[in-house]
Amino acid sequence: MATVLSIRNLSVEIPTRTGVVKPVDGVSYDIQAGEILGVVGESGAGKSMAGNAVIGLLNPPARIAKGEIWLNGTRIDALQGEAMRRLRGKDIGMVFQDPLTSLNPLLSIGDQLTETMLTHLRISRSEAEKRAVAALEEVGIPGAAERIDSYPHEFSGGMRQRVVIALALCAEPSLIIADEPTTALDVSVQAQIIALLKRLCRERGTAVMLITHDMGVIAEAADRVAVMYAGRLAELGNVRDVLTQPQHPYTAGLMASTPLASAGKARLHQIEGAMPRLDKVPEGCAFHPRCTYAQAKCRAAPAPHISDAHAACWFPLVAEKVS
Amino acid sequence: MSLISVKNLSRVFDVSKPWLNRMIERREKAFLTAVSDVDFDVAERTTYGLVGESGSGKSTIGRMLVGLLNPSGGTVEIEGVNLATETDAEKVDAVRSDIQMIFQDPFASLNPRWRVRDIIVEPVVARGGDATGLAEKLLEQVGLSALDAGKFPHEFSGGQRQRICIARALSSEPKLIVCDEPTSALDVSVQAQVLNLMSDLKENFGLTYVLISHDLTVVRHMSDRIGVLYLGRLVEEAAPDDLFDNPRHPYTKMLLEAAPKMDGFGREAELPEGEIPDPINPPPGCAFHPRCPIASDICKKERPEMRTLGETRVACHLAEA
Repeated sequence: MATVLSIRNLSVEIPTRTGVVKPVDGVSYDIQAGEILGVVGESGAGKSMAGNAVIGLLNPPARIAKGEIWLNGTRIDALQGEAMRRLRGKDIGMVFQDPLTSLNPLLSIGDQLTETMLTHLRISRSEAEKRAVAALEEVGIPGAAERIDSYPHEFSGGMRQRVVIALALCAEPSLIIADEPTTALDVSVQAQIIALLKRLCRERGTAVMLITHDMGVIAEAADRVAVMYAGRLAELGNVRDVLTQPQHPYTAGLMASTPLASAGKARLHQIEGAMPRLDKVPEGCAFHPRCTYAQAKCRAAPAPHISDAHAACWFPLVAEKVS
Repeated sequence: MSLISVKNLSRVFDVSKPWLNRMIERREKAFLTAVSDVDFDVAERTTYGLVGESGSGKSTIGRMLVGLLNPSGGTVEIEGVNLATETDAEKVDAVRSDIQMIFQDPFASLNPRWRVRDIIVEPVVARGGDATGLAEKLLEQVGLSALDAGKFPHEFSGGQRQRICIARALSSEPKLIVCDEPTSALDVSVQAQVLNLMSDLKENFGLTYVLISHDLTVVRHMSDRIGVLYLGRLVEEAAPDDLFDNPRHPYTKMLLEAAPKMDGFGREAELPEGEIPDPINPPPGCAFHPRCPIASDICKKERPEMRTLGETRVACHLAEA
């Protein structure tokens, strides 16, 4: 399989009055064609910030401080203005959390789809209109031909998210970044949207970066998962390995603290404390103040850098240690 | 003895356009039935979970329980007193101070200009009670420091704010706390801390919870009995294990099937059909019939009554024991 996206040692910095904070710090991962990489973490872990860095949507003064982003063999982290604009929508599609605010309320969905295609593809207007209907049919909107002139407010939340996905896909990008695509939706609609993303990814060979905080969604949708904590990668690997035999104590704690994993127990497993503020990330391994296995080395030296299928931990858990 | 007794509870909202628009566009008044004919009892010192998707009326029921909304029909009795009609002011007063509420968004439910101490003791001070040292004591009980009493809400994280909301709810020594999505705004690891705290406080203070949530796993973990709502109606009510192991109503089955599972690697869930219908024009008969895989003719015409099957109550024509 071809590597679509490759992030190498990416760091994002935000200069503030009290010093520089690093919401993303030395993160590396790859996504292959046709693969769904789940990026999971709690709020403030830097998972969305990494996605925004890839598509060039960092709000100044946030900036990429170091590292490289490669898309289909081209380095894209230094692209500016027009070059980046041509990439967005064409090579990278984006699906945001709130489908209502990511559509223009003043344009019909047909206009929004054809505009995107005419900008990025060399096709005629009538061809674009034809493809717009096809795109809506593909994401499962009933009566696509009649609804093409409808406005976003005429659709329900789930249908709107389908339109956003059609919009992200219509220029046939090789990578889709889906940032919490189902968080605003109900359980039954969420299942439909996740199934849709999986099907499109499989059929078209599109790479998907699925950013979410929901471990259940990750388990069902992702092929591989990257767990982030305080801007750093804690663990990366095959989804089944990471979720059933986590090596990083943070992943293990996160899994155990979901009510599902504690079924039948009176109390939920709890990780003491909270994620550190970005201006107060502790020395050494960022997780050590909350870690039950922390030792002197964890406090002194930053956690080891990880390659594939390893945890960024000096003392990774072995299978039997996880209860 | 049941602490709360809800009978035929209904709530209708008038969602009509303004008078002039109605005249020009020749439209009828429009009404949205948020809750209709809901019956349930909650025993003392238990947790009753209400689950449902958006628009199912779960928050509206919560608001009617605490008296933030008045019912359009039916009754809510708490400790045998119907707060909407009771005329004896002393009785109303006594019951009201036994009810508290915790809201979803801990950022919006704390006054940013008040110190934490003042926020926590307000339910007591408002009734002229003595609140010396109360805030400090409660803060320690919810896992914060007594020194936090002098701080402002913005100095705390989401999980800590939710603890402050819980401390405030506890200050008037209530018997009943209605929790409307208490952990939906929180991260998983913080959610675990808050849920554990809620369980501990329930034991220590002998509290009764009504827990409103869209998260089936949270409700299962916390509740002694669970009611499932669909389009303003209770469709099934059972103990957690019965509900999850042997759901009787097709909607409950659909909801459980659609919920993501931690061990569902590569699972192709049986996809739910369609979406929740427009509550202003709900379908006739059983409101779930357009999405129901087993719907028959009777479902399209007659609304199913609540039936008791073993320990479960279910509103479905076709459900079997």
